[in-house]
Amino acid sequence: MTAAIPTLARTRHSARTREALAFYLLITPWLLGLLVLSLGPILASVGISLTDWSLLESPRWIGFANYERMWADPVMWLSLRNTIVFSLGSVGFGLATNFLIALLLNQRVRGLGVFRTIFYLPSVVSGVSTAILWITILDPNYGLVNYLLGLIGIQGPGWLTSETWVIPGLVLMSVWGSGNTLVIFLAGLQGIPGSLVDAARIDGAGALRRLWHVTIPMVSPIVFFTMVTGFIGSLQAYTLVLLMTKGGPANASMMIGLYVYQNAFQYFDLGYASALSWVVFLLIMAVTAIQFLVARRWVHYEGA
Amino acid sequence: MRVHDRIPATVAQIEQRQRTASYLLLVIGSIVFLLPFLWMITTSLKTRQNVQQFPPDLFPTEFAWNNYPDGWTALPFSQFFVNSVIVTALAMLGSLVSSVMCAYAFARLSARHKNKLFALLLATMMIPAEVTLVPQFILFAQLKMLNTYWPLVLPSWLGAPFYIFLLRQFFMAIPRDYDEAALIDGASRLRILWSIILPLSRPGLAAVAIFSFVANWNNFLGPLIYLRSMDRYTMALGLQLFAGENVTYYNQMMAVSVIALAPIVAVFFLAQRHFIEGVSLSGMGGR
Repeated sequence: MTAAIPTLARTRHSARTREALAFYLLITPWLLGLLVLSLGPILASVGISLTDWSLLESPRWIGFANYERMWADPVMWLSLRNTIVFSLGSVGFGLATNFLIALLLNQRVRGLGVFRTIFYLPSVVSGVSTAILWITILDPNYGLVNYLLGLIGIQGPGWLTSETWVIPGLVLMSVWGSGNTLVIFLAGLQGIPGSLVDAARIDGAGALRRLWHVTIPMVSPIVFFTMVTGFIGSLQAYTLVLLMTKGGPANASMMIGLYVYQNAFQYFDLGYASALSWVVFLLIMAVTAIQFLVARRWVHYEGA
Repeated sequence: MRVHDRIPATVAQIEQRQRTASYLLLVIGSIVFLLPFLWMITTSLKTRQNVQQFPPDLFPTEFAWNNYPDGWTALPFSQFFVNSVIVTALAMLGSLVSSVMCAYAFARLSARHKNKLFALLLATMMIPAEVTLVPQFILFAQLKMLNTYWPLVLPSWLGAPFYIFLLRQFFMAIPRDYDEAALIDGASRLRILWSIILPLSRPGLAAVAIFSFVANWNNFLGPLIYLRSMDRYTMALGLQLFAGENVTYYNQMMAVSVIALAPIVAVFFLAQRHFIEGVSLSGMGGR
């Protein structure tokens, strides 16, 4: 008996060590990825941003020159402005559209599954194919949008070739492809207890007041969440812009992410591209922080 | 409105009217959302003159079915398609294997620093891809992996935080009693994972498989940066090349696009339920 206790303790101890060992063994792929694909590159990015490097030659240390250049670069400021305008448009209209559709779908309409599929499908197929599709849809002469506008007597703009209309055109396309938000909203709306809405109805609240005082506060955490993730996504969205306009016309649709890409892989200016990529990082951090600050005023947490 | 609300009979009527109005709006909305797809298909069947006609027709005047074979053979699209299948399959397998391993560890094993590591995992989801893009490119260039599929596939084998997080949530939802009962019966951890946890989290696995399929099939930036010779191109890259070369052949471009989208649309309809479950559960997805 006296001998058995230490043995038991030892086996328990070694079992725990074995478990920890198994834990670290299993997460090795991720740890490796973390070091090689995330943390390493982040540190490297800071270093590279302080150099002048074209990949063909060896890097040359230039201190903060890339950041000074960036500060004086009108294209950087323009791309920053465009990115913010595009994000506000695409997140704003995307949330509003999807929220409205979710409200309609939440009326216990028949064929909910079919509708949900229709609104959700565009967000799944987004890629080169849909970018090409939208080039043809937004074509000033032969495109679908201007054809439809023509039916009601409106002469549509040049969209992707117009400095004024290129961002609205991209926003239109992004709203079409934002159906994953709808699925999240719908899940949220369905989670609101029916008794709450009924209570408001009995108290004589009309449909609009029920929406404003019950439904919206109840789903506000979900709206907030999709807003935060929506901005994180749209502030970095540039592959579609790269495909559709390459930032044109006259940089009117140049996005900060696209500018990073162009500097890195078209002008082979790796140092400057790395410095610019930190603007993306700061922009995302700032926009997220602002949303969290404002959230206190409008996001309602049940039981908090 | 207010007055009517108090009269029970009219309440029902109003509700009925509201529902009809909702229904009408939804039908109109659906048509608007479906129009681009319709446009894609009709454009793919138009003749060249028909495409460049002002004002445009919604439907083709005559059906040009040969746009499909003509577009498909204008560039080696069969090769691109096979390449896409290879890259997507390897990456998908990698995502599944690596995220199952990590998710199991985070859900079921205890070790020192586990919680800190999990917080780190969540934090890395916030890092914008732009910041790591250039250093990763340099890394793969130095490993002599440019113009190979390694940069497109290898990262998937190193565990994506989003998938790990998603699967961990599924694994956590399975009662630990099951594990313990099996442990007492003498089952190994591997066996518990294989015959208890994985079968019970099939929706989660399906969600990861589908998200990874879509992300890799649609991936454009990766192939654009890393692939050089045309025989390695994926569908996405081939399509972009085609679009760049043939600005006037909208009809053939749309025909090839329809074929490129077909696998995703097929998977979407087969596994819709898992898609939607994954999105509502994680609040993200597909990107």
